[in-house]
Amino acid sequence: MSETSPAEHDEPVLERLHRQDTRLDHYIDRYAARAHGMTASAIRALFAVANRPEVVSLAGGMPNITDLPLDVVGSVLNELVLTDGRRAMQYGSGQGEPAIREAICELMRLENITAHPDDVMVSVGSQQGLDLLTRIFCNPGDVVICEAPSYVGALGVFRSYQCEVVHVAMDEQGLNPSALADALRALRRAGRTVKLLYTIPNYHNPAGVTQSLDRRLELLQLAERADLLVVEDNPYGLLGFDGEPIPALRSLNEHQVIYLGSFSKTFAPGFRVGWVLAPHAVREKLVLAQEAATLCPPVFSQSAVAAYLANHDWRGQIKVFREMYRERRDAMISGLTSHMPTGTTWTYPEGGFFVWLTLPPGIDSHAMLPRAVTARVAYVPGTAFYADGFGSRHMRLSYCFPTPERIIEGTRRLGEVLEYEARMLEIFGTAVESENDRRALGPREAPGPDQP
Amino acid sequence: MDDNGTLQTVIVLSGGLSHERDVSLRSGRRVSQALRSRGIEVVESDVDSTLLTQLGELADSVVFPLLHGEAGEDGALREVFELIGVPFVGSVGSACRVAFDKSIATTVVRSAGVRTPAQIALPYETFKELGAPILVKALGDQIGFPMMIKPSRCGSALGCSKVTRAAELPGAMVGAYAYGSVAVIEEFVEGTEVAVAVVDRGSGPLALPAVEIRPESGVYDYAARYTAGATRFLCPAEVTDDVAGGCADMALRVHRVLGLRDLSRTDMIITGEGEPVFLEVNVAPGMTETSLVPLAVETAGWSLGKMCADFVRAASARDDVKAISLAVP
Repeated sequence: MSETSPAEHDEPVLERLHRQDTRLDHYIDRYAARAHGMTASAIRALFAVANRPEVVSLAGGMPNITDLPLDVVGSVLNELVLTDGRRAMQYGSGQGEPAIREAICELMRLENITAHPDDVMVSVGSQQGLDLLTRIFCNPGDVVICEAPSYVGALGVFRSYQCEVVHVAMDEQGLNPSALADALRALRRAGRTVKLLYTIPNYHNPAGVTQSLDRRLELLQLAERADLLVVEDNPYGLLGFDGEPIPALRSLNEHQVIYLGSFSKTFAPGFRVGWVLAPHAVREKLVLAQEAATLCPPVFSQSAVAAYLANHDWRGQIKVFREMYRERRDAMISGLTSHMPTGTTWTYPEGGFFVWLTLPPGIDSHAMLPRAVTARVAYVPGTAFYADGFGSRHMRLSYCFPTPERIIEGTRRLGEVLEYEARMLEIFGTAVESENDRRALGPREAPGPDQP
Repeated sequence: MDDNGTLQTVIVLSGGLSHERDVSLRSGRRVSQALRSRGIEVVESDVDSTLLTQLGELADSVVFPLLHGEAGEDGALREVFELIGVPFVGSVGSACRVAFDKSIATTVVRSAGVRTPAQIALPYETFKELGAPILVKALGDQIGFPMMIKPSRCGSALGCSKVTRAAELPGAMVGAYAYGSVAVIEEFVEGTEVAVAVVDRGSGPLALPAVEIRPESGVYDYAARYTAGATRFLCPAEVTDDVAGGCADMALRVHRVLGLRDLSRTDMIITGEGEPVFLEVNVAPGMTETSLVPLAVETAGWSLGKMCADFVRAASARDDVKAISLAVP
């Protein structure tokens, strides 16, 4: 028995209506140039479906922290709050807390890096480290050299600072030195300013490959000759399955390399603690940039991580994680071997989370994703990892999150989708024009960080 | 105006497993907020194995489905609600089956005198059996270029593409078949793109003012639909009263002929001669921040929450089937 105002139930009479002329965004003409291209994406929306348990998602990059001893972490945090809570919950240093910076130096020694805590700046995840680094170095239009393919999160940072990304080819040992030399020559001839080389030497995301020691030395020689600043991003270095970690680029060259590290994969991502190891002049500017961005990185998170490192066998924990990921890597490789059609090839990762698949000619991973989602399997199309529209002949498969059984089931479903796709190709011919070939910079088309 | 106390709990269903899950979640959030602003208790739920248990526990609830794409719009879920006697907002299952499938909907409305583009529906098996080159040529001859290729059962412009020459056709077919096994090939209609919502708040279907759609990129694709700022909307559409009336008439006729209920949205193109041509009809139109129906509702001077509350009231009133007990014995 609700009363209604007369206007509410009147038939809308057209003459009396005030015409709305809107783009549904009041600020559309006011955004900065760097905000252009932030559009909705059908492909990205598909990853929302991948969240559902019916779908086997081989798309995410979420570390598997099921094996983290919550009782240990819980008591460490309890102790932290009770004995040191007021400091841990107060503003801290823009450079990061001393205790964690010391622990970081101890950690980096495992990859042969000798550094002083003063040269370390804590960042909110290594993602933010890269963001601040790009902020202090790159002007709009500057060139950043990346591997082909490269990490989607990094591409997003470079894009947000309006850099131009130039991809350089990799082979089974990672970034290819002669391809790099060619690229540098061509860019120099064209009068372009190359500010950074961004590289992921270990268990590459998404390519899965690792730079051998010889390859690292060769690349560093090149960088030295070209006076090229190298940014080494190393979240997976301690997650190799066999043997000791290969010495970091930064351990082989102290002044040409800036190092990005992270606790996300070796401990847990939720604390958002990463770091940048840089020469002091760079570090000073970074700290000023950090203070402008956050005042200081989260003190509580840093204290939590430091307390965990001081009170738990974190080396043993990393070993546990390693074995867990190894089992999953093996399941993935086994599943791919059983289920992939002829003509499909893939990289063999010796650590980390990812396999990079190359599809038979004619199949387009970007166009195929909706079909795969219908078949209840998800992956990330290779196009997400290129700034220039390439990548549709590839896809990234992750094995970090699902169980080994689910991984194998995922490869089985993927095999079926590829078979269907191949039949499509037969019917419609291989001369299928793909819009992907013409597409330039697309919006970020990968799952969000919290999507498995 | 508070509807609290006069209405049961509403279960807003959103998400689901279709390609439009993300859009559906946004529609669900917006409608939930609108209903809550009227003091109505809302439970937001996805479609999964806990749904029927939830329905059993909330004995007097009304379901407001905002699932887009299959399962939401193809009628399957609504058949289940009818079976177990749960009142729900929107068209019944059988009507959805007809409306959601572009190949069927177009045929049915055409036979009721609605102007539609020339259309051919082809399952991919037909290409397999008869061979693509022959069919591609036949399509070019019959329909002519430019043409629109769409999956027969999909929304949000997913899988849709415009084809201007024969060489583009195979790629467009493959793109459409990524979303389903049947594709429709239609003559491309040049003109002004508009959408007309039809709502029934208890006293019969009414056509809301037409929304004119002008995407910045020229194509009303997924990005244009769901990126705020990417498309310019004019409501009422910038057309003469006669043309506006023609659009409203078409939407009402489609709603009636297909036996739709509560709410529908008909998309059409107005030709240079001022004639509306039917494109498709939606039984679960989007209700996101960039969707057309809420914009038309706002232009009409209505409250979205009040309108949705009216739908819930109507759904509840018409349910005279005793609900089968879903309680676990």
